Amino acid sequence: MATSAEPAESQAWHTIVCDTLKRNSVPLVVYVPDNVLKPLIKAVHEDSYFTTFAATREEEAVGIVAGACMAGMRGIVLMQTSGFATLANVVASLPVAFQIPVLMMISERGIFGEFNLGQAMVNRTMRPVLDSLAMVNHTITRIDEFEFILDRSIKQAFATRAPAAFILSPLLTGGKVFKA
Amino acid sequence: MSTQPIGPGNAQVMNRFALTKRMVATLKDEAVIGGIGNTNFDLWSAGHRPENFYMLGSMGLAIPIGLGVALAQPKRRCIALEGDGSLLMQVGCLATVAMLKPKNLVIVVFDNQSYQITGSQPTATASGADLVTMARGAGLAQSAWASDEDMFDEMMARALKEDGPWLIAVRIDDKPGVGATERDPVIITDRFMRGLGAKTSSI
Repeated sequence: MATSAEPAESQAWHTIVCDTLKRNSVPLVVYVPDNVLKPLIKAVHEDSYFTTFAATREEEAVGIVAGACMAGMRGIVLMQTSGFATLANVVASLPVAFQIPVLMMISERGIFGEFNLGQAMVNRTMRPVLDSLAMVNHTITRIDEFEFILDRSIKQAFATRAPAAFILSPLLTGGKVFKA
Repeated sequence: MSTQPIGPGNAQVMNRFALTKRMVATLKDEAVIGGIGNTNFDLWSAGHRPENFYMLGSMGLAIPIGLGVALAQPKRRCIALEGDGSLLMQVGCLATVAMLKPKNLVIVVFDNQSYQITGSQPTATASGADLVTMARGAGLAQSAWASDEDMFDEMMARALKEDGPWLIAVRIDDKPGVGATERDPVIITDRFMRGLGAKTSSI
């Protein structure tokens, strides 16, 4: 969802993700499904460059991507806010402690018109957990900044052997809309 | 092997360290992921190899980590060692492995029917949960109990040669792990990556 003056090229946010993952040699995409992430999940399934599948839990997905990463295949975990909330122990003890650059992309629920109180509450835990682990995290709100942030941060994650999280704001994706 | 009528009730009760040593003695370049606690303590004590990864924390993730390694390096066999309590915590991973069918993944489950390292509280396998039946139900057809050490050797030899995924379950005693893994995660990662050829820079 565009918010201001468009750059010359106007791409969908999920197209930017696919292109940037490819450019940075990140072929493994493991996800726990989310409605907002649906176009991205569809796009990676339709592109033979990617190895992509659903895991049963976000913890499992982090384990798979961590293992692949140590064996030389870069990967990313897709999830929503409530899924990230299940991860504090695993993130602290695997990618952070072992310095494995697991990438995470989190579709943000719980703000800007959330209709589910549980989602609104769990949203408040996400950034404090990331910040308390000193984990690199960026909230993406503008499509014109997205490629730059994602591309540079992926390069940084692998160069510094640090996991990184990208929080996709409803300002970028449109989010999930409550139909009264 | 999948037709053998061996179950947790009639399989011989073996020892994790003894089995781990037998297994390690037959390995070449296979990756091995040791699950939390005694499982990786015994892997460490059986003799360190650069292709070993010792998981500290993240209980239940030895199989997912092994799956990731297997996907990244399809020409290398990967063995994930896991305990009964750990597998019960992340049991959905069996369905994910069955969905992806990695030919090069071997899962070994050590079942002592307890959360041994926290004080030997009983797990659900002590009350009849059968991890091989659960694995088959998840779609892992090549899952079986080893009746004794000789059968474990045979099953492992086959799993290292023929297409997987494989799941080998063993009933083990309540002996604690032998020794303790050197707990330096960054060094563990570095050695493992070099052991797998994923990192080649000189230091």
